[in-house]
Amino acid sequence: MDFGPYLMLATLEGAVLAAVLALMASGLSLVFGVMRVVNVAHGELYMLGAVFAWWVTSFVGGGPAVAFVAALIIAPLIVGALAVLADITILKRLEYDPERTIVATIGLLYIMQQVTLMTYGADARPVVPPFNTRLAIPWLEWADGGLQVFWPWGLSITSYKLFVIVAAVVVLLGIRLMMTRSRIGLLMRASQLDSETAQAFGIPVERIYALVFGIGAALAALAGVLIVPIQQAHYLMGGDALLLSFIVVIIGGLGSLGGTIVAALLIGLSDGIISVFFSPTLAKIIATILVALVLVFRPQGLFGGRAR
Amino acid sequence: MLSVESINVAYGPSQVLRELSLRVNSGEVVCLLGRNGAGKTTAMKAIMGILPLSSGKITLDGVDLGKLPGHEVARQGIGYIPQGRRLFSELTVAQNLEIGMLTRKSPPLVLDRILDIFPRLRERMDQPAQTLSGGEQQMLATARALCLEPKVLLLDEPTEGLQPSMIEAIREVIVQMRRQGVAVLLVEQRIEAVMAVADRVVFIENGRNLETLDAEGLKKDPNVLRRHLGV
Repeated sequence: MDFGPYLMLATLEGAVLAAVLALMASGLSLVFGVMRVVNVAHGELYMLGAVFAWWVTSFVGGGPAVAFVAALIIAPLIVGALAVLADITILKRLEYDPERTIVATIGLLYIMQQVTLMTYGADARPVVPPFNTRLAIPWLEWADGGLQVFWPWGLSITSYKLFVIVAAVVVLLGIRLMMTRSRIGLLMRASQLDSETAQAFGIPVERIYALVFGIGAALAALAGVLIVPIQQAHYLMGGDALLLSFIVVIIGGLGSLGGTIVAALLIGLSDGIISVFFSPTLAKIIATILVALVLVFRPQGLFGGRAR
Repeated sequence: MLSVESINVAYGPSQVLRELSLRVNSGEVVCLLGRNGAGKTTAMKAIMGILPLSSGKITLDGVDLGKLPGHEVARQGIGYIPQGRRLFSELTVAQNLEIGMLTRKSPPLVLDRILDIFPRLRERMDQPAQTLSGGEQQMLATARALCLEPKVLLLDEPTEGLQPSMIEAIREVIVQMRRQGVAVLLVEQRIEAVMAVADRVVFIENGRNLETLDAEGLKKDPNVLRRHLGV
């Protein structure tokens, strides 16, 4: 394969990673933005999404498509509900203190991970994708004095991977619309900007926080469901995902949804491209150096607002 | 009628209010005076349910505010204009007002009436609150509180850093609210602003009641101010 098609393939693989990462990191960023809580258990919520997806698809009949749609709805709902419960029983009682919530979410991380190990086990289990057609991608070449279309061998993407990208775009647009256009979004932003004044104007800030924590968790779980047909569900899969989400959120600016998405694209695409042409380790090294540079030269992140 | 009965309030280990009591009848302007750190803002926050009471009772027309969850307090009809305005800075003027309108689900008519009082806000509806001038921000903070159609209005240093024409506008709003039967509790540093509107003055020191005077008494004996405030 020539360089061009090869780069195209790497970009597409990177785009899938970017899509999943954008979903997951925007959950982390939303929770931090509104509640000022750094949710260290976010990776485990992603893992739970994947594990519940396996569970739901193995118990729901009616073919892979029906089972997968069921997982896509049920898993984020269950994980979101669990997160709301964790918020009400734990985070609220810590009064959302930034340091104590970090310790609390570390605790949650281990509880979720170990309970999954004890119940689901240590195996990595696959979920059958609802559809998985291989789509060949054409390429243009200059030959015999004119442009010619040809189909390079190996340049293809599956319909499922395309679906992941489209699904992430749709969900993120939905979240953006919710934050900017809806009444609940207005209440969330008011709570984010000044929780004390928000409460003094009748906004039930604690309920808003529980909802935001639930939505953040559901986004992670959704990312988990979308990734299982590609990656398999395993009880330790949350660690790397959490690390990448933190990288994305730090580069994009904690609390900035737009910045998070741009950073997810940057990290996802560069990870895809560098992994294909060089090595996955180099991709991680570069991402980590990028975080260090951002922290030194622009601590608020590329798109982060002023520190409050 | 807003009634505060011997409340004790503490920030963590340090007690700020000690057995503080005061009353504001509807159609009355009561001014809370005291030196810096006397506990004026803390009293406002305690009424709003932002700070918990260690003891004592705050009632509005017989409803025990201290027993309500924080967000229910404003819904009883208390409009709060906090110190430093505390606008939702990144939200537009319209969105800030919408939050005030949502507090008690005020009918849309109310917004029109308030924008007639502050026509400058009407021109700036789509502008983020943080881009407004100081005076306009104070107008917005006041308008946001009026959107509740409040029975009680709490104003915490509303004239701080404003030019004379704005101070006059704020005074007019206070007088207008009094005429409409709103109970107004005002924290103010500028004595002439207090003298212009207050029906009664409550002096506090170290979080305790020092003396309560009506406006007549204050005019007869201006030395009280020097004694209690050192001005």
